[in-house]
Amino acid sequence: MSEIQDMEALVTQVRRDIVRMVHKVNSGHPGGSLGCTEFFVALFNKVMQINDTFEMDGIGEDLFFLSNGHISPVYYSVLARRGFFPVEELSTFRLINSRLQGHPATHEHLPGIRIASGSLGQGMSVAIGAALAKKLNKDPHLVYSLHGDGELQEGQIWEAVMFAAGRGVDNLIATVDRNGQQIDGPTEEVMPLGDVKTKFEAFGWQVLTLKEGNNLQAVIAALEKAKTLTGKGKPVAVIMDTVMGNGVDFMMHTHAWHGKAPNDAQLETALAQNPETLGDY
Amino acid sequence: MIKYTDQGKKDTRSGFGVGLAELGRKNPKVVALCADLVGSLKMDEFISENPERFFQVGIAEANMMGIAAGLTIGGYIPFTGTFANFSTGRVYDQIRQSIAYSGKNVKICASHAGITLGEDGATHQILEDIGLMKMLPGMTVINPCDYNQTRAATLAIAEHQGPVYLRFGRPKVANFTPVDQKFEIGKALMLQPGTDVTILATGHLVWEALIAAENLSNQGISAEVINIHTIKPLDAGAIVASAKKTGAVVTAEEHNYLGGLGESVARVLATHSPAPQEFVATQDTFGESGTPEQLMEKYGLNTKSIEKAVVKVIERKG
Repeated sequence: MSEIQDMEALVTQVRRDIVRMVHKVNSGHPGGSLGCTEFFVALFNKVMQINDTFEMDGIGEDLFFLSNGHISPVYYSVLARRGFFPVEELSTFRLINSRLQGHPATHEHLPGIRIASGSLGQGMSVAIGAALAKKLNKDPHLVYSLHGDGELQEGQIWEAVMFAAGRGVDNLIATVDRNGQQIDGPTEEVMPLGDVKTKFEAFGWQVLTLKEGNNLQAVIAALEKAKTLTGKGKPVAVIMDTVMGNGVDFMMHTHAWHGKAPNDAQLETALAQNPETLGDY
Repeated sequence: MIKYTDQGKKDTRSGFGVGLAELGRKNPKVVALCADLVGSLKMDEFISENPERFFQVGIAEANMMGIAAGLTIGGYIPFTGTFANFSTGRVYDQIRQSIAYSGKNVKICASHAGITLGEDGATHQILEDIGLMKMLPGMTVINPCDYNQTRAATLAIAEHQGPVYLRFGRPKVANFTPVDQKFEIGKALMLQPGTDVTILATGHLVWEALIAAENLSNQGISAEVINIHTIKPLDAGAIVASAKKTGAVVTAEEHNYLGGLGESVARVLATHSPAPQEFVATQDTFGESGTPEQLMEKYGLNTKSIEKAVVKVIERKG
């Protein structure tokens, strides 16, 4: 198989992991996780340069920070299948004594996680700090972050957006998952975000728009393009349009599956739509 | 025992500034951040000597805490600087999630703590910060007594792995700690032995306690004075040993009696060695504008208040 076919197979397997994880504990956030599956697979298997051994300081490698921590299922699945920890451990998601907390945490020392997230709006500031540390260390590697679009309603995000542009943090690529949905409904009803691209540009960012955020090759192309924009004095944003719940038909195009687990019958439907490729955990 | 004398009044924030500048020279991993209060925090010397290791974040304290957490990833030791109010209550969730829960090696350095920042009034006079910070798992909480001790504490916390809240202030207060005294986090300092009552003081009320003890000795009361510069982890051993000896305790702090040193001491006493205790602290109130001296008098935070509390607690010994 080609590299892209291998990665497509991984996407399908990660979707299975996500729905199985949330089904087992009848909790968790499948919608945003499924919408960002292609992004995570691309980032961790193609785009980022990652050291073989996990070290908190992450010197000499690219770093990633998940700001919208509730999409932990996709994060955990992709980390496990990239070799950060045993795939079998996915079965402990949200259970007592697990390293796979409901929202990502460093407290249980899960390899791959460098900051706790869940309370929204904090991850861009952390990513900026890590990017500044890279500059101080003369480490040419990049820092990536992911944010939900609803998360942009948090004021701290805009403090960070202002800082990154004002201080020329040009080793940062922040991606916004523009799925247009949040817990209480469509973002434009709950609290209109307006033109996100123009807002980032007005603050002084370089902005790419990715219309096909669930097309693996398009995601890779956009992130590779974003890389070429780093080092030019400005931070880089990727506004990535995705479909919440992508890959499971009844979960798509609705906020209903933001934080809800499928029942047994729904799980069977979801799994049938995503046949096993790399082996279930 | 050393006889402590005031070497001349100085502000504790300047002790922080001098300590930070020393750290800048000796520890290349120390970086500093400030939210538009460089002059108030006395950070100028560090900044002029290490411009590449200083980050002015503007009036955006939440962002500052997050950036500080991120800077630890890559091996740096960030010192954040702003007023105590904006170092704690304003950014509690950022500290909780990105620093404390994430176990990040950030030093939260807070000036203008308490009521004695004076004329700015209650919006800036936080009296709840010790409580907020000590409740966070893994957070070390330090409230040094004077200029020399604040400098020593600033140097010491850089050597400590883990988040720290360092609290200091604006007014010029007695500077009596020996300049070369080593600062040991979590180790209470016996300043004056006594037999009738234990005064456990923190911050600049330690000096008020020493004056009170001298006045009390003229009335035939022997007061033991202990400097509790570290509120968490609390030196329970020193507190229990002294309370067992004297049988009565007065705590003194520039903080609400709810959530402060006094409550931490009460827990230790209740668990190990119950003894009557009186609290010199603010009484669940906001502050107001005034001079530091006027406010300490009105809110009962001075030598006179400590002496009254001592007399009362001794009466309660039974």
